[in-house]
Amino acid sequence: MKYATQRVALPFFALAMALFALQVTFGILAAMVYVLPEFLVDAVPFHIMRMSHTNLLIVWLLMGFMGCTYFLLPEEAETEIHSPMIAYVQLAIFAVAGAGALISYQFGIHEGREFLEQPLWSKILITVAFLMFLYNTSMTLWKGRKTAINSILMLGLWLAAVFWLFAFYNPANLALDKLYWWWIVHIWVEGVWELIMASLLAYLLIKLTGVDREIIEKWLYVIIGLALFSGLLGTGHHYYWIGAPGYWQPIGSIFSTLEVAPFFAMVMFAFFMFWKGRRNHPNKSAMLWTLGSATVAFFGAGVWGFMHTLSFVNYYTHGTQVTAAHGHLAFYGAYVMMVLGVITYAMPQLRARQPYNQVLNMWSFWVMTSAMCFMTFTLTFAGVVQTHLQRVLGMNYMEVQSQLDLFYWMRLGAGSVVAVAAVMFLIAIFGPAREEVPEGSGTALTQP
Amino acid sequence: MVESLTRSAARNIFFGGSLFFFLVFAALTAHSHWYMVNVSTDREGLTESVAAGKHVWEKHSCINCHSLLGEGAYFAPELGNVWHRYGGRENPEAARAGIKGWIRAQPLNVPGRRQMPAFDLSEEELDQLVDFFRWADSINTQDWPPHPVG
Repeated sequence: MKYATQRVALPFFALAMALFALQVTFGILAAMVYVLPEFLVDAVPFHIMRMSHTNLLIVWLLMGFMGCTYFLLPEEAETEIHSPMIAYVQLAIFAVAGAGALISYQFGIHEGREFLEQPLWSKILITVAFLMFLYNTSMTLWKGRKTAINSILMLGLWLAAVFWLFAFYNPANLALDKLYWWWIVHIWVEGVWELIMASLLAYLLIKLTGVDREIIEKWLYVIIGLALFSGLLGTGHHYYWIGAPGYWQPIGSIFSTLEVAPFFAMVMFAFFMFWKGRRNHPNKSAMLWTLGSATVAFFGAGVWGFMHTLSFVNYYTHGTQVTAAHGHLAFYGAYVMMVLGVITYAMPQLRARQPYNQVLNMWSFWVMTSAMCFMTFTLTFAGVVQTHLQRVLGMNYMEVQSQLDLFYWMRLGAGSVVAVAAVMFLIAIFGPAREEVPEGSGTALTQP
Repeated sequence: MVESLTRSAARNIFFGGSLFFFLVFAALTAHSHWYMVNVSTDREGLTESVAAGKHVWEKHSCINCHSLLGEGAYFAPELGNVWHRYGGRENPEAARAGIKGWIRAQPLNVPGRRQMPAFDLSEEELDQLVDFFRWADSINTQDWPPHPVG
């Protein structure tokens, strides 16, 4: 750790991981209700579990992005963070907004649009905290060195904030509501968040492989170019059946098919740099998460997204478990794994140690990733069966669901394994550092 | 990667291209907005009661179990066309009574069946919610869903 204020990242990571644990917990509760419908029915109804699960994911990822930004920005900009105090205050506000929303959900207090259930006061606090964060990081960038990595990261974060403002617009016309709702939901996860992901990936690759910045940054521009060229008009794949004009079917089909390209480029990028790199960095588990994130994002977001994105396929699969399958693996690969990768890379420095608990960390990687893939497969099978019975044969929804029990049991099993892996990860990161550099890696201990 | 592509060229392509595609996207969204207001939805039918019904829908977060035009939690049936499924296009009075009766009958307490909570809606709220469903059913959804079952 070259700059003292990189320490600011630590409480962000710690809180993000606490919320991650809660997110997985609510996921398991909801998965339980799928197989045992009476489970907790009077205490916590399904819709509360589900909004808790999805909201926690979004909040902890944002908190993780903030932590990642505070960690890498001083190194990239070669200057200290503008104001650590603002960072702690905005974290506190953000945490109050997130935790406050979560608690109010348990008492049935919420708004009603999917993923935007936060009560108005919480939305306002989120906006305030995010603006403070942007002010603090932009001032840091302003006075420091501007690289492609920190500029694109900041661009992604600013655009995320700008599109968030659509959360405050809720027209009475349902079709319009949906039209602009996707300007947040799609433009975030299939647009500007990809800028954040790609710049974090580029940062990790420079640090872990030692490949020239010139080469890495050129790739970075190509990747984010592909992401926005395809992703903006790719929003059209959400406009097929909500009352929008028919031209979205060809436009959405073509451009959202092209959304595979940036993810494919990220896999190529990560592995080329890995092979090209001369540096044998001692933090092997950070390298594993980095390569894993690019790979699983390609399958989860790219391949599983393409599977149901063509309008004539989506006509049958829209709103089935196929969507749930894609959603789980895409978020896990692109965003969860990337943040866990940066945390794995940063924590030894934040704790002033050599890389530690590497074997346990790598085990958590393999167990968690395998379980998420298995969950995705079971939901995909459930979705295919559902599509056929309900959308092709026209069987009643509840009857179809009763045919899917086996898949839901397997999904619950997969989720429980994810929980075990998450605990392993938390122990590897925050637990006592038992084992430092893995044996036999034979690398210089002086590397950052 | 191609050597002839420099970093600054890649940057310029990114900014120029993104701006271009954003403007196209914004223009098509503006047209879609116009189309939704004037063509694909029932402009005159969007009464205060429909808007209030949408609020009832949101207040109880129905979207976190049901889906509406295919978006939502997939845990409970699609409701974008529930008006049609209850025969509302032919017999509106019976459909209204049927939907309201179903909501009032919750929870069904059938063992092993997913439970919809009792939401304690007033008569007025129930009517507004049904108005909202009727209005949603009139949206031109390019013939989706493939079957009335949703």
